[in-house]
Amino acid sequence: MNNVDSNIVKAKIPLHKRMWKNKAGYFFVLPHLSLFAIFFLLPVGWGMYLSFFDYNAFSQSFIGIENYKYIFEDDLFWKALKNTFAYTLGVVPLWLGKALLVTVLIYPFHKKIRTFFKAVFYLPHVTSSVIIAMIWLWVFNPQYGLLNYFLSFFGIDPVIWLGNSMTAMPSLIMMQVIMGGGSTIVLLSAAMASIPEYYFEAAELEGAGSWAIFKNITLPLLKPTILYAMIMGTIANFQTFSNIYIMTQGGPEFSTLTIAYLVYETAFKYYELGLASAMSMIMFVILVVLGIVQFKWLGSNVEY
Amino acid sequence: MKAKTKKNIKKTISLIILGILGLLAFIPLLWMVITAFTQPTLTMKFPPDIIPKDPSLENFADLFSRKVLFRWTLNSIIVAGTVTIVQVFFCAMAGYSLAKKRFPGRKAIFAIYISSMMIPTQVTLVPLYIIVAKFGLVNTYAGLILPAISAPFGVFLMRQFMLSVPSEMLEAARIDGAGEFRTFMKIVLPISKPALAVLGIFTFVGQWNSFLWPLIITNTNEMRTLQAGLSLIQEEVPMQYSYLMAAATFAAIPMIIVFFSFQKYFLRGITVGSVK
Repeated sequence: MNNVDSNIVKAKIPLHKRMWKNKAGYFFVLPHLSLFAIFFLLPVGWGMYLSFFDYNAFSQSFIGIENYKYIFEDDLFWKALKNTFAYTLGVVPLWLGKALLVTVLIYPFHKKIRTFFKAVFYLPHVTSSVIIAMIWLWVFNPQYGLLNYFLSFFGIDPVIWLGNSMTAMPSLIMMQVIMGGGSTIVLLSAAMASIPEYYFEAAELEGAGSWAIFKNITLPLLKPTILYAMIMGTIANFQTFSNIYIMTQGGPEFSTLTIAYLVYETAFKYYELGLASAMSMIMFVILVVLGIVQFKWLGSNVEY
Repeated sequence: MKAKTKKNIKKTISLIILGILGLLAFIPLLWMVITAFTQPTLTMKFPPDIIPKDPSLENFADLFSRKVLFRWTLNSIIVAGTVTIVQVFFCAMAGYSLAKKRFPGRKAIFAIYISSMMIPTQVTLVPLYIIVAKFGLVNTYAGLILPAISAPFGVFLMRQFMLSVPSEMLEAARIDGAGEFRTFMKIVLPISKPALAVLGIFTFVGQWNSFLWPLIITNTNEMRTLQAGLSLIQEEVPMQYSYLMAAATFAAIPMIIVFFSFQKYFLRGITVGSVK
């Protein structure tokens, strides 16, 4: 009814008059929108455009899909792609699992204990990735590092964590899982607090075990939040850069080379800006596809 | 009675698991602080001293003699501070407009904002650098600040919050003869304080910790922010761990203070968007 009315009104008043009448709306949105258009939207569009150019210090010429052809034939790019997938697939499930476990475990405790643990897990999250990377570079030090010292108690010989192409990537994944998850725990806890308590009480009265309660009540009800955390986590970890830059520079033997780091090197070390743009575009497409897949996979049976 | 014992056992096991996971995340941070207070010569030994013998301030004295450190800190304060203030204000304005004003095109604008939130920074990095360079803003505060302000997330957050501001209140102000901007300043902003605080705190922390953009857009030592400066120290003296950990501690402390001062905002999560 209302819709019909407003449509009639719209039809009667010409567009420019409606725009003039609501000029305050434009006035308020414009300051941010103009910056957003120049520094966000324009780069997105221009990045697509640049990806068809040979763009560097010496030349700025249109080369069609040559950049993309080059990328798909470049072994290093495939290596980086594989590494990025390995890193993301390693980190996201483990870190989500850790966040879920912590959320479920702290739930029955008193508010003060819950807050304490949430704070402990959140603390690394307000510490910058550069600092975390610097700390772990020290922890991973093969000769004097804390980790090898700790393992020596179990009779394990020193491991050259980051200096070996077999262990470098798993080390980075382990570090990310150990330090990460703080904000997801907060998100999941908030979602869990909104589940009516009598759901759990009723299930307990029925004699349901912890696992049954988790599987049949907690997990389905947290699904939308898990989906959100999973997509955001995938996007974030797929772009991992700081720890690679500080800790390994993609080595040894390119075993920790990620796409984000390859884009950075291509653009700001070799100044092949067109090629780097094309890589960014491929990364973007992959992320959109991953987002859709996760949404279909987990979102298919979201139920309240 | 039996049920109670079972519950207690469960709780104890829970605490043990939580304790182990928590310690794993906390020990590296503690280790940073401990190493920072260890004498440089005692860092390179095995086994390491878990509690440093003769804790020393030598590392910090060394660190503070590097004068450019204070310039980096100042840069970080200027950049994070300016971005936070302008971002919060602009996002509040835009969010208010998109939530409460009925101008032609607002649905399209909001749709563009929402879909932009999924676009990773890597996609815009290279073209953004070229655009900022064309404006002649490489190695300037404007170059550090302007792109950060234009992030779309804050607009979305503010718009969701502003939807809950009662329209009658705005109407009443209008009838009282208050102008549009006055209404915004005197009514909309004050009732939005919780949302402004959340956006402000998260923006400040995010900007303080931001690394990739400052690394790219600055090219002299003096213009680096603290994070970009840290990475430089790491490259210069990769093996002087006690010195590096002192630098890391120095850079981490402001955010740890922010975290404990505004703990409830962090631990409540961004639920502002779903306030009814």
